Amino acid sequence: MSDAAHTEMWEKLNLDISAHEGLLEVLGKFYGDIYLSQENRLNGMEYLDFVLSEVHGLRIKEIQDAKATGKKVIGTFCVFVPEELTLAANAIHVGLCSGADAGTDEAEKLVPRNTCALIKSFIGFKLARICPFTESCDLVVGETTCDGKKKAYEAFGKLVPMHVMEVPQTKTTDAKQLFKAEVLRYKEALEELTGVKITVENLRKSISVVNEKRKALQRLSRLRAADPAPISGRDALLINQVSFYDEPERFTQSINTLCDQIEERIAQGGGVVPAGTKRLLLSGCPMAVPNWKLPYVMESSNAVIVGEESCIGSRNVRDLVDDSADTIEGMLDALVDRYMKIDCACFTPNDERMVNVQNMVKDLNADGVVHYALSFCQPYAHEAIKLQDVLSQKGIPMLSVETGYSMEDVEQLKTRVEAFVEMLD
Amino acid sequence: MFGGIDIGSRSTEFVLQEGGFVVHRAQLPTTFSPLEQCKRLLEGHSPEYLVATGYGRELVKTLDLPYSVGAITEIKAHALGAHALFPEAQTVLDIGGQDTKAILLNSKGGVVRFEMNDRCAAGTGKFLEHTANVFQVDIENFGPYALLGNQPPLINSMCTVFAETEATSLMAQGVRPEDIALALHKSVVRRTGSMLKRVGLAFPLVFSGGVANNACIRKLLHEEFGGAESICIAEEPDMCGAFGASLWAEVCFNA
Repeated sequence: MSDAAHTEMWEKLNLDISAHEGLLEVLGKFYGDIYLSQENRLNGMEYLDFVLSEVHGLRIKEIQDAKATGKKVIGTFCVFVPEELTLAANAIHVGLCSGADAGTDEAEKLVPRNTCALIKSFIGFKLARICPFTESCDLVVGETTCDGKKKAYEAFGKLVPMHVMEVPQTKTTDAKQLFKAEVLRYKEALEELTGVKITVENLRKSISVVNEKRKALQRLSRLRAADPAPISGRDALLINQVSFYDEPERFTQSINTLCDQIEERIAQGGGVVPAGTKRLLLSGCPMAVPNWKLPYVMESSNAVIVGEESCIGSRNVRDLVDDSADTIEGMLDALVDRYMKIDCACFTPNDERMVNVQNMVKDLNADGVVHYALSFCQPYAHEAIKLQDVLSQKGIPMLSVETGYSMEDVEQLKTRVEAFVEMLD
Repeated sequence: MFGGIDIGSRSTEFVLQEGGFVVHRAQLPTTFSPLEQCKRLLEGHSPEYLVATGYGRELVKTLDLPYSVGAITEIKAHALGAHALFPEAQTVLDIGGQDTKAILLNSKGGVVRFEMNDRCAAGTGKFLEHTANVFQVDIENFGPYALLGNQPPLINSMCTVFAETEATSLMAQGVRPEDIALALHKSVVRRTGSMLKRVGLAFPLVFSGGVANNACIRKLLHEEFGGAESICIAEEPDMCGAFGASLWAEVCFNA
């Protein structure tokens, strides 16, 4: 994945070149082992392979070229930051690096050790100067979805230009009013940063762009209900991960092309695994690139993942924005309505998630659920207990897993996942 | 004849059986060359089908053997073994070298739910082995040694290393070493008890795995959860996984 032609660009971004090279090397090897070794992959995945191989290269170049024409870059960590507004303000919206152990020692000087790997990782990537996305940002938008994050942004805000949106913790009318005020505040921040006024026209266009992206991902999700599974869970996760980095219209087109291929494959009765392979729903915390450990373990245990009930998955794509409004006010309301449907574990109560997981199990013909919580992630650890109760009442088997990004527990994870799959017979 | 081989972190067991009747059993320490130990155990035997379990379960497949080899997890193996030995069993506790598992069974011996210690060695054979070192007592004699205690202080730490620290400071306070040893055993039973409760402990409970040979843990478990009618222990509890694997080999062969 390393490309000397990009080195100059990385130097300009003030990356730590040798540390970054090390990261790309590890990432490349990891990608080869976990992705390129798969059998029966679809041709359409070559596009994703290319995008990922160039995620720190060509994509960054594209972003730098856009910046040279005056475009601004917004980095985010969460599906609560409305991409529609970012695009309407003619800015680029990207997810930031946070899926690997990087700069942990340095990060632990700013946040407590018992902080989840994702938070430590985004701080570590910044401190180690190895994320070209973070270094390209004109503004980083945080959100208060958990105590760990909201406190971490206090420290992170000293390192990058930071804007924090308050995400409410309930879904009452007052809470929605609060979120609307935050959406308005984000809109103003964007307008000030970019000098672009958000209008009915540009917002309508961006709502449509993002809706189309989500529709393509929804189409992919529906196709995964087929048995044999037409695409591996690893590849589907990758697609969801890339949806946070890639140029949205190009991405939508590629995913629709891939879906055409999948439809053909299903029509021919083909699949990525034999029919009857045990089908698992992966549920819980988001998995940023290259957090592929658990999916890899699952798919190396005689099972296939048929859905991701996650922020990098269904939580980001399930709901569209109503596009019928024709005033800014109406459009903002539509945005608020859509974003407040997200069933993040930060909400209390969050009973809709319990229902949504059951629906996904049913719609995707899953045999069981593997619940993934990052170690020290309180909200999802709590919901794991709740979900286990709800699912066991419905006779749906669930395995609860708590882990981080390091490889120290791979063998134990394997034993637990394999035993869970054996249990499904 | 059907074979089961259980390659654990500390010891490797091999069982040959047919229709539930064991015709051969053997055990060797796993050492640092588990593959060599497997070869030694398998030498001179030719089962129709072999199923491996335990940490090294994938390793056996790398051997060039003239018969088919499959693999299952320890969880399934212990469930199968425990059910065959005690058909009424509803829960299995397997404390091995580096893992503790609590398994809830259905009436056919299938796994309904399980819990496993993640990562650290709290409450495992490793914990006992490590703390036995503090007393300079062999692991085989650590149980009887602890049974000499009668006034155990409370050991709070579940972490193997911190428990050792705690034991050392108790010694420095003049507490009798036998009492500290007993306290360490109690902490293992406390830990496994909560794991058992999480899976929905029901009786009879089968106690399997190498730690089931420890007389003190057995006694404490009986004190905590009732007598012989509610807790069953096989004659050779460390063979239970290999036995379960050999039963599965027969199932696979006949399928």
